Amino acid sequence: MDIRTTGGPPTAAEIAAVDAVLGPPESLWEGGTRTPADDHIARGGHALRSRRDLLLPVLHAIQDRVGWVSRGALEYTCRRLSIPPAEAYGVVSFYARFALEPRADVALHVCDDIVCSLGGVEPVDGAIRVPCLGLCDRAPAALVERSGRDYEARQLAPFDRDVDWTAMPAYVATSPAGRGRLLQRVGVVDPESVESYRVHGGFAALRRAREMGPEAVIRAVTEARLLGRGGAAFPTGRKWESVAKAPSPRYLVCNADESEPGTFKDRVVMESDPFAVVEAMAIAAFATGCEKGYIYIRAEYPLARKRIENAIAQAQGLIGVELEVRRGAGAYICGEETALFNSIEGKRGEPRNKPPFPAQSGLFGKPTLVNNVETLVNVLDIVIDGAAAFVATGTPESSGSRLFCLSGQVRRPGVYEVPMGTSLRALIELAGGVREGRKLQAVLLGGAAGSFVTEAQLDVPLSFEGTRAIGATLGSGAVIVFDDTADMKPILLRIARFFRDESCGQCVPCRVGTKRQEEILERMLNERNGDRQADVMLLSDIAQAMRDASICGLGQTAASAIQSAVIQLKVLDG
Amino acid sequence: MFGAGGGTSSYREAEDTDLVLLWGSNARETHPIFFHHVLRGARKGGRLVAVDPRRTSTAEWADLWLGIDVGSDIALANAMAREIIHSDLADKEFIERATTGFDEYVECVEAYTLERAETETGVPAGAIKEVAHAYGRADRAMICWTLGITEHHNAVDNVLALINLALLTGKVGRYGCGLNPLRGQNNVQGGGDMGAIPNRLPGFQDLEDPARRAPFEKAWKVTVPPKRGYHLSQMFESMDHGEMRALYVVGENPARSEADQTRAVRLLGGLEHLVVQDLFLTQTAELAHVVLPAAAGWAESEGTVTSSERRVQRVRRALEPPAGARDDIEIISEIARRLGCDWGRPTAEQVWDECRSLSPMHAGMSYARLDELGGIQWPCPDETHPGTEFLHARLWKDPVDGPRAPFSVVEHDPPVDRLTEEFPIRLTTGRRLDSFNTGVQTGAYTSPLRQPEALLLSPSDGARLGIADGERVLASSRRGAVEMPVRFDATLRPGLAFLSLHFPDQVATNVLTIDATDPKSGTAEFKASAIRVDKLATKVN
Repeated sequence: MDIRTTGGPPTAAEIAAVDAVLGPPESLWEGGTRTPADDHIARGGHALRSRRDLLLPVLHAIQDRVGWVSRGALEYTCRRLSIPPAEAYGVVSFYARFALEPRADVALHVCDDIVCSLGGVEPVDGAIRVPCLGLCDRAPAALVERSGRDYEARQLAPFDRDVDWTAMPAYVATSPAGRGRLLQRVGVVDPESVESYRVHGGFAALRRAREMGPEAVIRAVTEARLLGRGGAAFPTGRKWESVAKAPSPRYLVCNADESEPGTFKDRVVMESDPFAVVEAMAIAAFATGCEKGYIYIRAEYPLARKRIENAIAQAQGLIGVELEVRRGAGAYICGEETALFNSIEGKRGEPRNKPPFPAQSGLFGKPTLVNNVETLVNVLDIVIDGAAAFVATGTPESSGSRLFCLSGQVRRPGVYEVPMGTSLRALIELAGGVREGRKLQAVLLGGAAGSFVTEAQLDVPLSFEGTRAIGATLGSGAVIVFDDTADMKPILLRIARFFRDESCGQCVPCRVGTKRQEEILERMLNERNGDRQADVMLLSDIAQAMRDASICGLGQTAASAIQSAVIQLKVLDG
Repeated sequence: MFGAGGGTSSYREAEDTDLVLLWGSNARETHPIFFHHVLRGARKGGRLVAVDPRRTSTAEWADLWLGIDVGSDIALANAMAREIIHSDLADKEFIERATTGFDEYVECVEAYTLERAETETGVPAGAIKEVAHAYGRADRAMICWTLGITEHHNAVDNVLALINLALLTGKVGRYGCGLNPLRGQNNVQGGGDMGAIPNRLPGFQDLEDPARRAPFEKAWKVTVPPKRGYHLSQMFESMDHGEMRALYVVGENPARSEADQTRAVRLLGGLEHLVVQDLFLTQTAELAHVVLPAAAGWAESEGTVTSSERRVQRVRRALEPPAGARDDIEIISEIARRLGCDWGRPTAEQVWDECRSLSPMHAGMSYARLDELGGIQWPCPDETHPGTEFLHARLWKDPVDGPRAPFSVVEHDPPVDRLTEEFPIRLTTGRRLDSFNTGVQTGAYTSPLRQPEALLLSPSDGARLGIADGERVLASSRRGAVEMPVRFDATLRPGLAFLSLHFPDQVATNVLTIDATDPKSGTAEFKASAIRVDKLATKVN
């Protein structure tokens, strides 16, 4: 507040971008022009600081309009929201999306993550290399942004670096590869029309939920034994019940920050059946008594965001609860639910210690129901068909079906819906298996935070308990297939770099551990020096320290894929 | 307050109160430790109102800033009181039981309508009403102030006007409520508590009360002079009359800190004998006949300090003082010995124990207990007493335990140095975050925030006077004129200028200030001078 940044005044375009979100300033003290009243009175404090959660929307507006966030723009933002510039700088520099130096009006982001790099990523002039863009089914992927008054973001997949990418048409959403209940409308319904959604059975579940009443809905979800699909597999009904019992105000948050490398199922649902997500959120808010819902969509999903925003606007009168889209800003960690709350609140996306759990103290410190997109969409079927029908699919411990994201060296990459308990081998066969003449080398199950499984483990049933039995996890549902031509060493380095980049730096085990893990792998794989035996031990010690002592799931799983590669694939041997 | 010389509340209460009124205080810069507690309170939902002519960095944190005209505090306080009374927000039961003089007070404030207050203060009537209601309705509210209240010719009346507000609404003597002068140094409170003011004995005991003097006379086996001594401004008057001819200055730099500096330096220079005891060779020490190098009170000495929340805390020696510098106790004992009184070589703890034996409010604070409890807040009458978190809880006893608290009739009285066509700009002075007073303690340190001293001026005044940002000008008051650079500051309104006292060698601020002094406190009106600003005559090559 009293510490000024040194960047000169904001430009007219920057002021316009900020004012478009916040409205015009009310006084000199908020950055407006002096009026006589300003000589003797100023309002601020809580009134301004209570809009802190608009910090990220404002920063997005600046980035969209001018392509970067200058010190002048930041200072003006701080004045409008009464945030100390040092603190705001801490926020803006936390998120990869915001540029702190001037950038060309058109920016190309090229994915160099696990799946996209399998085809070999060659440098493109002026491109920014980014982690997974969630378009692995159509790899390689890129994202083009054009800043200015008419900001535009286009997903390019497959991206062809030899074609003029400024003119390349945006990717178009496609049908799922394998279909079940969850995907019944995907590719069938018009994702931009509420009428089309209604014709395809839309809002029947919400109507039914209202007939049943909140308690019966929660009971059905509990009896369906629905487990969270975000990765932690927490019983959804229990969550709903404790939020419903908590004091008001209560918030609903749909976690659509799908950033796990190799994962794109939530994107497909949001792009192709957005009204289903909105309807499911309305049911969750109705059942648990939440007065407002947020859906936090990762920045790299412009089409999904547009369609969800459209769906909310068209369904506003029907859903009975206020829903708002919040846009992520390029931080994997924000998929962690408490980091996501901080991000919505306009802070650095650093996870909080738990307890307290979100059901007691979540968004804005209030009881919060937070569910992943896929988890919520399951509720539609549970409400319509009843818990008994739901548990008829899957295994006793893992009910229902599951969305899997097949990518990598498999014939037909895409989203597949199969009953829980289906074997990994069957799933890969469904996707056509590896190409003719190739042999399967490994599968990365659950994304970068998951673990590698080998050919010998392909009969593992894809259920929570089945994967747990072999020390793996379903995680986000990512299934990345590697055939015998894949060089696993750069893959491991890419995973190590990913976690080092994405660690929020808040806790020591993760901040230091992810860095050390990368250094050791670099030494072993690239420099080929050092005591290999000792380095393998060191990697394992670091893995244990991160698993035991990190605040959140990022650090706790940052070594799991690498450890499994060391142990199962023996990547470091020889 | 009401006979006790200290803030009524603990710092912690600022975190738990509903409303903090920071009046004439830029605590964000001048009391950063206390302000940290205020910020904690604000983060928990507490409201903050800043009353200050300047929109300071403190005011930037406030929910509401009232930018009053310099020296109109009483008009504002009295108008708030009238509004509180008319809106039936006064705590009648408390007033009835615990106070005196209410009827006269009501009669006085009746003349302070919101409209009149708007005229006197410049603050819109609606905002005054809003703050009056916020203060009146809050369950807990605190008023805190600093030199913006006390560096005026009517300093004591200003303080009384604030006390009146607390009495009117029953916002004193309860947790989270209170009246708190914030102290500018770690031990301003302790200095006063120890009797380093003209009318007090150690333990803030009234020197002119024979019953209070008696224990000291018995212990010291001397007669304590029965009349109060001079305060600083009176000392200078006395020097001016040729009556006071010798001065012993301990840890003070009056050659730079006094208002009307030209006169102060002349009088100090005319003394027959001037002794200065200090860490540094200050501008005052340069005028002295004898300089006694002292060890630093912090890190080089044993002893205690007392914070604004009346907490007595131990300080310990961590370093040997430089060669030749001696502990204050040792210097004073040596002087005493040469004057014929052999006090031996008492340790800091022995001196403290003597203080405890004569000051009832410190009686229970042994060094051992101070260590154990991390400091103790006075009063602490015996070694089983935990210390006192907030003062005047007695006012809430029924009947009141001890004397009732008096309302005071105080009237608005504008600054002595009137604004005229010749001197149209109101100059106010103050401190900045990274510097302290005349810079003796801070001038030697660098700071990334520090800029060369300059007259801060509203950009529109600059434009009106045809002055550019950074230009050197001549600033004059009725007492003197000083050349200095101008720096535009958009937080100042037209007609208001600001200078700090930190760099007397760059800008001799106190050549401009007025020594109009409050007769009761002896403080000069540093906060309100009338000046004019002129372009320097164009130099002819």
